[in-house]
Amino acid sequence: MVPYDVIIGLEVHVQLLTQSKMFCGCSTRFGAPPNTQTCPVCIGMPGTLPVMNRKAFELALKAALALNCEIPRLTKWDRKNYYYPDLPKGYQISQYDLPLSRNGFLEIRDPKGQFAPKRVGILRAHLEEDAGKSMHDERAGKADSRIDLNRAGTPLLEIVTAPDLRSPAEAKAFLAELKLLLNYLEVSDCNMQEGSLRVDANVNLHVHTPQGTVATPIVEVKNMNSFRAVERALAYEAQRQFEVWQATGKRLGEVPKQTRGWDESRQATFEQRSKEESSDYRYFPEPDLVPVVLSPEEIARLRASLGELPAALRRRLEETYAISAYDSDVLVNQGRALVDYFVAVAEASGDGKLAANWVQQDVLRVLNERQITIEAYPVSAEALGALVRRVRQGELETSRAREVLARMVQTGQSADQALAAMGFRPVDDQELRRLCEELLAANPKIVADLKAGRLKAVGGLVGQAKKRNPNVNPARVQQLCLELVAHMP
Amino acid sequence: MAISRAEVEKVALLARLLLSEAELEQMTVQLGAILQYMDLLAEVNTEHVEPMAHPLEITNVFRGDEVCESLAREAALANAPHRDEECYRVPAVLGET
Amino acid sequence: MPLWDATATELLARLETGEVSSVAVTEAYLDRIAALDDRVGAFLRVDRQAALAQAERIDQKRRSGQPVGRLGGLPVAIKDVLCVQGEPTTCASRMLADFRPPYDATVVARLRSADAVLLGKTNMDEFAMGGSTENSAFRLTRNPWDLGRVPGGSSGGAAACVAAGMAPLSMGSDTGGSVRQPAALCGVTGLKPTYGRVSRYGLVAFASSLDQVGPLARTAQDVALLLEVLAGYDPADSTSVQVPVPRYTEGLDRPVEGLRIGMVREHFEAGLDSQVEAAVREALRVFESLGATCTWVSLPHSKYAVATYYLIAPSEASSNLARYDGVHFGYRTDERKMLAELEAQRRKLTEAGDQAGLDALDTALVRLYRKTRSEGFGPEVKRRIMLGTYALSAGYYDAYYLKALKVRRLIREDYQRAFEQVDVLAGPVTPTAAFALGAKVHDPLAMYLFDLYTVGTNLAGLPGISVPCGFTAEGLPIGLHLQAPAFEEQRLLCAAHRFQQATDWHTRRPPLEAGAAGGPVPPGSQQGPDAHGTV
Repeated sequence: MVPYDVIIGLEVHVQLLTQSKMFCGCSTRFGAPPNTQTCPVCIGMPGTLPVMNRKAFELALKAALALNCEIPRLTKWDRKNYYYPDLPKGYQISQYDLPLSRNGFLEIRDPKGQFAPKRVGILRAHLEEDAGKSMHDERAGKADSRIDLNRAGTPLLEIVTAPDLRSPAEAKAFLAELKLLLNYLEVSDCNMQEGSLRVDANVNLHVHTPQGTVATPIVEVKNMNSFRAVERALAYEAQRQFEVWQATGKRLGEVPKQTRGWDESRQATFEQRSKEESSDYRYFPEPDLVPVVLSPEEIARLRASLGELPAALRRRLEETYAISAYDSDVLVNQGRALVDYFVAVAEASGDGKLAANWVQQDVLRVLNERQITIEAYPVSAEALGALVRRVRQGELETSRAREVLARMVQTGQSADQALAAMGFRPVDDQELRRLCEELLAANPKIVADLKAGRLKAVGGLVGQAKKRNPNVNPARVQQLCLELVAHMP
Repeated sequence: MAISRAEVEKVALLARLLLSEAELEQMTVQLGAILQYMDLLAEVNTEHVEPMAHPLEITNVFRGDEVCESLAREAALANAPHRDEECYRVPAVLGET
Repeated sequence: MPLWDATATELLARLETGEVSSVAVTEAYLDRIAALDDRVGAFLRVDRQAALAQAERIDQKRRSGQPVGRLGGLPVAIKDVLCVQGEPTTCASRMLADFRPPYDATVVARLRSADAVLLGKTNMDEFAMGGSTENSAFRLTRNPWDLGRVPGGSSGGAAACVAAGMAPLSMGSDTGGSVRQPAALCGVTGLKPTYGRVSRYGLVAFASSLDQVGPLARTAQDVALLLEVLAGYDPADSTSVQVPVPRYTEGLDRPVEGLRIGMVREHFEAGLDSQVEAAVREALRVFESLGATCTWVSLPHSKYAVATYYLIAPSEASSNLARYDGVHFGYRTDERKMLAELEAQRRKLTEAGDQAGLDALDTALVRLYRKTRSEGFGPEVKRRIMLGTYALSAGYYDAYYLKALKVRRLIREDYQRAFEQVDVLAGPVTPTAAFALGAKVHDPLAMYLFDLYTVGTNLAGLPGISVPCGFTAEGLPIGLHLQAPAFEEQRLLCAAHRFQQATDWHTRRPPLEAGAAGGPVPPGSQQGPDAHGTV
């Protein structure tokens, strides 16, 4: 047990799923050749003016509502002034003192029980524009950077949490839950590889000493490019800060706030250069945009459009289909489409628990192997449901059903078609009875065992029956054989 | 309020201006005089006055989320003082925040 | 009467009947520019061929019976702060000497679709910051009434070209008086519309909450004609307003009988030149003789208007001008030289073992910005950027910027109260007539104080007009300032028109034909090599 608490707050930027940029009509599509998605407005050319994208505002508001935030009646935009080559106007249009939302929370829980369920406070979520990209160019010994403004002006939602997170695992869980929520809302795809979700973290320690608890200086950690990187960087940083504290005893407020970057290859954080004056952003109200005033009716309309959010969905699955918290978590984390699929399988099969197993084990395995989404999965929920129903009714062994499903996945056939193609034909009771009588006649030793109450011996008969006709239902064979033996004189 | 030469230097960096010795000298005197004049405002009682950042009282101006044609890259880069075939170019920005 | 001496309204009537062609009218002004502008210096660029080609197209349209736009082939001069697609748009700054916007300002597009001929780009104070046009990086503009004096500013070229008969209509911009003040000093009529009345899209920003594009011409009737084309909602400008645009040219003859004029007491106090005061008071007597009533009203916070304005405008400007950093467009310092200088500094500091100096040394990027901006901007622009940066910076924001925003509200409330009592406010546009070239160049505060009567209009977002109302003994024009409630441009134009029907100040022309020599050129004023284009 370490003698400190880790105190973590996150600043998350997500790109909103609009077609066009926040203040102009340029496309937000990712991956276009450099500087092919710009116009006078997003290049910041003299004389140009911004006009707010309604969709961007509404997406931001939906996210804020889903994060349980308060939405003030009036919100406005401000300019954040700083110089950087990927910021063509020399200021970023952002929100300062009247953000579109404040004081919300997001609940996180861990089905594996690493931490207790908790509410993570959201201090604010506000809308701002993204900057372009700087790329360092070492070609031909040139120490130049190249600037691509395709991303400049893409709408971003900045979400700032309270310093409520107490471990790297909690931070990771928060990010996963946030991503899931924003995916469900279709607010953002939160793809860290494409930069549509970016995270900075503020970290310090509360060290417990015999003299009381001591807060160490806050460090801002940047450049974390995956959830895993966030978890590792924070773990590294906590340990590093503890060592620094042991060595120097420096407390919060005794040194200026430091910014450190995460180096993925060295698995370490390193100090980033920053000048004191660079933090004077000289915010002031953006005179080129007008404020937005929201009526309670508009907020109610947007709230109604949110749909069922992950937390509520998990609860519903657990209650309606009697599945475990772990199962509901796995299913809901896969996204709304997979949950819909599961629900259809559960309804068609009449068994939620069994449906959950099949979807989690058999369906997800194929999705992972093939790197496809549930929409591209070749077996319909109804077809899988019908198959699971047969298993549930004992008509098919699980292992046999797996073979059938594999065939269905390969060919796109229905369960019946696949069974037929695999030579499966239902064996009627008359035929089965005949087969059992033959087997009993041919195996007096087993019959003797059974008569003596050694019921395990029936397995031998089942095995022989399957050999003679693979289509027999083993359970029925067992049942019939025991019946026949019981009626023997 | 007078302004010191050190403050003028600090503001010049913030504003990304580079002033010569003579300019710094002159700027300190001129800004000092102007700011001294601004102190006139101190006598106005603004205790219960809401700041007015803008003359208009309109709200909620939006555009639809529609994609329009972007500039051809050549047109976008045409005014750039230093560029290559794809990008604007600047001295290395590595490691600066 | 030569073509160039007619009003735009008269010319339009003759164009519409086909009595004169747009080519003939355009040529008359181009010839006039060729003959006089070496002395006046109103234009930065005139493209004779392009202007005549536009005129020819409009003439063809008319000849072939196609409908012709509202301006029917009239030439219009454009202040070089408005973007014209593919043409240099310099804001009279070295920073934008080579900048060619890939788009038209909305007002320029409106002029084109109204079939105006774009005559050329006029000189101005750099980035519209100044009141004398002496802050142009490229050339000096002289007052056509006295070539030793300033034309006012920042739309000095815009006013001077109308006064000298080098353009019938002219486009300016007014952030703190930049249309009305040069109109007054050059003896022409100039209107600053209500904030939001005219699109700002493509107007290179100085102070976004104050800027408005405004028309200048000889008469109120001509100003009304141009405003009719310019005014209206623009979806590209979030701060343009969806208020219906009246036919400003209609109803100008409405009598002013019963018009309640409020004389702004604070605008007649100490500092006002006696000749200016006498002319303004005489103008108000003319209004009384037309049936208007004049009473004193007060704008109690007037004395704070200059301080308020010179905090808010530079603050916004410091941000608006941050984009000129040598990366995406505009001037950029010689990078190789800059890097060599920086390296030399680093070596020197290293040799001296000055670690603090090394730590404080600019990175290459920061130095690129600083050199670019220091070389690209002139002294007044730098001064305002410094002032605005300071007013917004940590520790000073509340005392300066925020305080100014609060006083701004009090100033607007003054206007609201005044307009409960009167229909228009009246006073002088400027404390004195045009001053000598160089007279205020070294005293920025004195220059700022010259804006005393005009900045309040912008702070409150109201319309204001400058109307010629007399001359000083030295023969310098004097302007009457009328202000009205928001979106009451019609009221101002109507009053100005009735005044001009009763007076002839606006019909006077400066004595340029006599071949008066230019006055002394103050030291430090520059004549750009590309200043005069291809006349």
